[in-house]
Amino acid sequence: MSAALDMHSSLAGPDLGPRRRLYSAIGWGLCSFAFLLIAAPLIDIVWVVVSKGLSAFSWTLFTTVTNGTSGGLLNAITGTILLSGGALIIAVPIGVGAGIYLSEYGNNNLGAVIRFLSDVLTGTPSIVLGYFSYITFVITLGWQFSALAGMITLAIMIVPYLARISELALRGVPNTVREATFALGAKDPTVVFKIVLPSAFPGVLTGILLALAISVGETAPLIYTAGWSNFLWNGKFTHEPVGYLTFVIWNFINQPFESAHALAFAAAFLVMLVVLIINVGVRVAIRKRSFA
Amino acid sequence: MKIRPFRLTMSVLAIMIPTALMAVIILLALYSFDAIRFNGLAFLFGQHWDLGNLYMDPVKTRGLMVPHGATYGVLVFIVGTLLSSGIAILIAVPVSIGCAIFIAEAVPARFRPYFSMLVELVAVVPSVLIGLWGISVLVPLIAHVIAPGMSAVLGFIPFFSTAGGGGSGLGLLAASLVLALMITPIIATTLLDSLQQVPREIKESAFALGATHFEVVRGAMMPMVRNTLIGGIVLGLGRALGETMAVLMVSGGAINYLPHTIFTPISTIASFIVTQLDSAEQDPTGMAVKSLAEIALVLFIITLIVNGLARLLARRFNNVRSA
Repeated sequence: MSAALDMHSSLAGPDLGPRRRLYSAIGWGLCSFAFLLIAAPLIDIVWVVVSKGLSAFSWTLFTTVTNGTSGGLLNAITGTILLSGGALIIAVPIGVGAGIYLSEYGNNNLGAVIRFLSDVLTGTPSIVLGYFSYITFVITLGWQFSALAGMITLAIMIVPYLARISELALRGVPNTVREATFALGAKDPTVVFKIVLPSAFPGVLTGILLALAISVGETAPLIYTAGWSNFLWNGKFTHEPVGYLTFVIWNFINQPFESAHALAFAAAFLVMLVVLIINVGVRVAIRKRSFA
Repeated sequence: MKIRPFRLTMSVLAIMIPTALMAVIILLALYSFDAIRFNGLAFLFGQHWDLGNLYMDPVKTRGLMVPHGATYGVLVFIVGTLLSSGIAILIAVPVSIGCAIFIAEAVPARFRPYFSMLVELVAVVPSVLIGLWGISVLVPLIAHVIAPGMSAVLGFIPFFSTAGGGGSGLGLLAASLVLALMITPIIATTLLDSLQQVPREIKESAFALGATHFEVVRGAMMPMVRNTLIGGIVLGLGRALGETMAVLMVSGGAINYLPHTIFTPISTIASFIVTQLDSAEQDPTGMAVKSLAEIALVLFIITLIVNGLARLLARRFNNVRSA
């Protein structure tokens, strides 16, 4: 049914009073205005970040570290890669493993409880998780602001997403495939790792990429755990703060210097590039697959 | 029972998720235990957050060593959180409804995925980027256009008057607007999904009765998706309450006074926790850090209640649908 045609035919109907016609026209007008209200800010955000970010762009961003509120972003770029990569290394085995449990064995009470609590964890404000890590790792365990505290915090944030998306992907594999493999005498690990997981790999990869996008864009939980550093990461996982891009965006835009603002927008451009490329790419790939 | 190592390994990995959640709750509660004992109920109803004199020797109050003159009251931040999220919901609900109807019914089916993707993308923009846009675009817009305009039209209501100050653009309105922008996609996509699932027969019956297309949407489709809408709103509320960076960057960071107009600077619980880190660390007794843990616990409990409510509503809706 073509919506545009419906609208046309109903508006052109013979016995519509002018009041009903006006009422409908105003209704559709308000609805399209509502869409504009949400689309315009997104377009403006992209426009502002791209235009100001590109004008602040230069190769020194990638070759020098931040010096006060000027210089480059090398420390922040490597820091973001380190924190997000570390978070994924911690979170992927746990999240995918949990997804395997929920999909293959999770049709019981324990599965329901895990699913429920996993949703609760997803809904927990990131700053609460950040503060938890602060009192636990930074203060009580004495790690101080450090890469490992930041990684663990990000991992706690993204594990529930990974578990949920992996579960959905694995459930999409038909049971007949599992039965056929079991009938050949295969044991659980073979069925899961050789057959089910490879078939569901695109879905699991989607989850991992979305988790990466979340961790690259996250700020609040890192302020309390990773801290900030002007220097390149020296290889220590504890007792050494690290820089990251989102800190530059938040902190430098509030500094009174032009150089600081330029760095903030350059960092914003990099973060937005990663987040949008992943999200648009994933959605386009899903659409293509569902039509194939 | 036979031990199956593979299944056991996977279940251990899965149980790590609830374990992490429990660790967050228990360790926050343990850490804030002293603060809960020291602050009592005055914590929730006090309007004054004062770290006390950090340079004097700490004094023993209620059996605990605290800085001289320290009081921790978080009512201002609780009010800031609830008020900004509430106003954000008031703005977001009509916009989400209009947006979902527009995409579901007015956009040709061929272009529908692109329109809905645009809305979904708003939800994935990192909070700090929304905040950046808020500072560089929205706040000047409020200061120069929206605030004078609203004050001129609605200024006779004290809540909408700029006479009491707040001309910087940073404040309750800016916070509510960025929150509204962040939760609209959540409500709109939830609603869009269920609008597209309204049975064809319902729409056709309404058309056959001579209703215009808009009357079909309003009279036949919207009543069918009301429960989803409520679920989506509560879900959005849960997100708004815990939102940190965007709010922090545009809210003005007020401490120790309640907002009296929509242009007053505010702090929310989440944004306050971030701004207080440096000062709280200076407290040699650690009571400030513990009180922040208590306020984090309060925020956690609030979002827990709201998200639990959302799940309950969703379950009721599913029961109704399958019945």
